[in-house]
Amino acid sequence: MIEVNNVTVNYILGDIKDLSLKEFFIRKMKREVITREFCALKDISFHVNKGELLGIIGSNGSGKSTILKVLSGIMQPSKGSISIKGMVAPILELGAGFDGEMTVKENIFLRGALLGYQKEFILDKYGDIIEFSELKEFENVAYNKLSSGMKSKLAFALSSFVTPDVLILDEVLSVGDMAFRKKSEKRMKELFASGVTTILVSHSLNQIREMCSSVLWLEKGEKKGMGNTKEICDDYEKYMQKK
Amino acid sequence: MQLILEKIKKYKFVFSELVKRDFKKRYKRSVLGVLWSMLAPLFQLMVMTFVFKRVFGRQMEHYTIYLFAGQLVFSYFKEATNTGMSSIISNSGIITKVNTPKYLFLISKIMAASINFLLTFIIFFVFALADKIKLTWRVVTLIYPVVCLFLLIVGAGLILSALFVFFKDIQYLYDIFTLALMYFTPIFYEVSIFEGSIALKLLNLNPLYLYIDYIRQVVLYQQIPSLTFHLMCLLYALILLRIGMGMYKKYNYMFLYYL
Repeated sequence: MIEVNNVTVNYILGDIKDLSLKEFFIRKMKREVITREFCALKDISFHVNKGELLGIIGSNGSGKSTILKVLSGIMQPSKGSISIKGMVAPILELGAGFDGEMTVKENIFLRGALLGYQKEFILDKYGDIIEFSELKEFENVAYNKLSSGMKSKLAFALSSFVTPDVLILDEVLSVGDMAFRKKSEKRMKELFASGVTTILVSHSLNQIREMCSSVLWLEKGEKKGMGNTKEICDDYEKYMQKK
Repeated sequence: MQLILEKIKKYKFVFSELVKRDFKKRYKRSVLGVLWSMLAPLFQLMVMTFVFKRVFGRQMEHYTIYLFAGQLVFSYFKEATNTGMSSIISNSGIITKVNTPKYLFLISKIMAASINFLLTFIIFFVFALADKIKLTWRVVTLIYPVVCLFLLIVGAGLILSALFVFFKDIQYLYDIFTLALMYFTPIFYEVSIFEGSIALKLLNLNPLYLYIDYIRQVVLYQQIPSLTFHLMCLLYALILLRIGMGMYKKYNYMFLYYL
C-alpha cells in the first residue's frame, strides 16, 4: 500500500535563503555562494499495509513532519522513492488553507477543494460537516471572527468527513472541548474502522499505544526502530527518561 | 494530451474556488469594489487625456481612444504580473501544508486580474461608440491579441513568482522595469514621432506595443494586421511562456525550502 524506499531529505540552510539578487550575482562572481545542507531524513525505508495504522514517534526535530510532507507529496525526497496507491488526504495542520476573510461556508468549499475533493462530494457532505462542527448559525460569518475553539472544530469536521485511501495526520486529534473531543474520537475510530490506511504523528504515547497497529521511531532523521507498538513505545519511553 | 485533460478535470474545482477567493478578496465583496477597480483606470485616463490634449495640445483624432487602448493593455499587464509575482509567497501557508500544484495559485491571481481587464474592455467599447467610432465585425479579431497577452502574462508570472521566492528584492527591480517599460511603450505618444528612425524598428521588440497596436488598428482604422504581425504577437507570448514553464519545472520543488 505505502512503500518508502531509502528516502533521504536534505534541507537547504545558510544565508543564501535571504540573499538579494544583487548580492547573489556578486557572490556568484566571487564564487562565494555557500549552501549548507541539513539532513532531515537519512535513508528511511518502511512499508505500511492496507488498513494498518502506523504511528510515528520521536523527539522534536527528529524528522516526523518531514516524512509526512514527503508522503503527502508536498516535498520531494532528495534521494529514494515512495509509492502510494490511492487517494491521499494529508491533514498536517488543521488551520492550513483557511482564509480569514472568507465565510465558514466559503472556507469549507475552498479547503475541501484543496484537499482534492470534487464539487459534488462537498455539496453532498456540506450538511454533515456543518452539523458536526456545530457551526450552523455561523455559516456566513468570516472565519477570522470565530473563536479558536470553533476554528479547530470546523477544521476537524471538514478533515474527518474525507474518505481517502490514505490518511495522514499530524497532531490533529485532540481539539475542542470535552464533549467535542469525545465526538471526534468516535468519528476517528469510525474512519479507521472503514479500512483506511493511516499514518499518525503524535506526542501522546497513550494515544499511540491505544490506536496504532505498528510504530516507527525516528531520532535525528534516522530510523531507530519499527515494529510492534508495545515494544517500541516501551523502548522510546526508557530512552526519553534517560535523556 | 489525455494527461492534460485529466489534470484539468482534477483541478477544475480547486481552481475555480481559488479564483472565487481571489476575486472576492480583491473587491471585498462590495459592488462598489468592482466599480472602483474600473473607475480607477478611467480617472487615470481622464487625467492623461487632459494633460496631453489640453496641456501638450495633441491634435490627433480620437486621441482618448488611442490613449485608452494603450492604458488598458499596459495596466492589465502591470497589475496581473505584480499580483502574480507574489502569488506563491502569499499562499505559502497552503503550499507548505497541502499538496496542490503551485501554478494554480499564480493562474488564479492572473484570472482575477483578467476579469477586471475584460470589464474595462467593455467600457473601452462604450467609449469608442461614444466617440463616434464605428465598430465593425473586425472587433472579433481582438480575441487574438487578448489571448496572446494572457499567455505572455502567464509566462512572465511564472518567471517572476519563481524569482520572488528566491530573491525578495525582485519586486523593487520589477517596479523600475515596469516604469521604464511604460515609457518605452507608445501609450500616450504617437508612433509617428519615430518615423524614419531606427526606434520604429526597435518598438517591434516590445510585445506590449504589438498588442496595443493591434487593438488600435482594428478599432481606430478598421483594419486587420498582417499575418507576420499575428505571428510576432504569438511568438513573444510563446517564448516567455516557454522560459517560464522551464523555470517552474526546474525550481518549483525548491520553493518549499524558501517559504
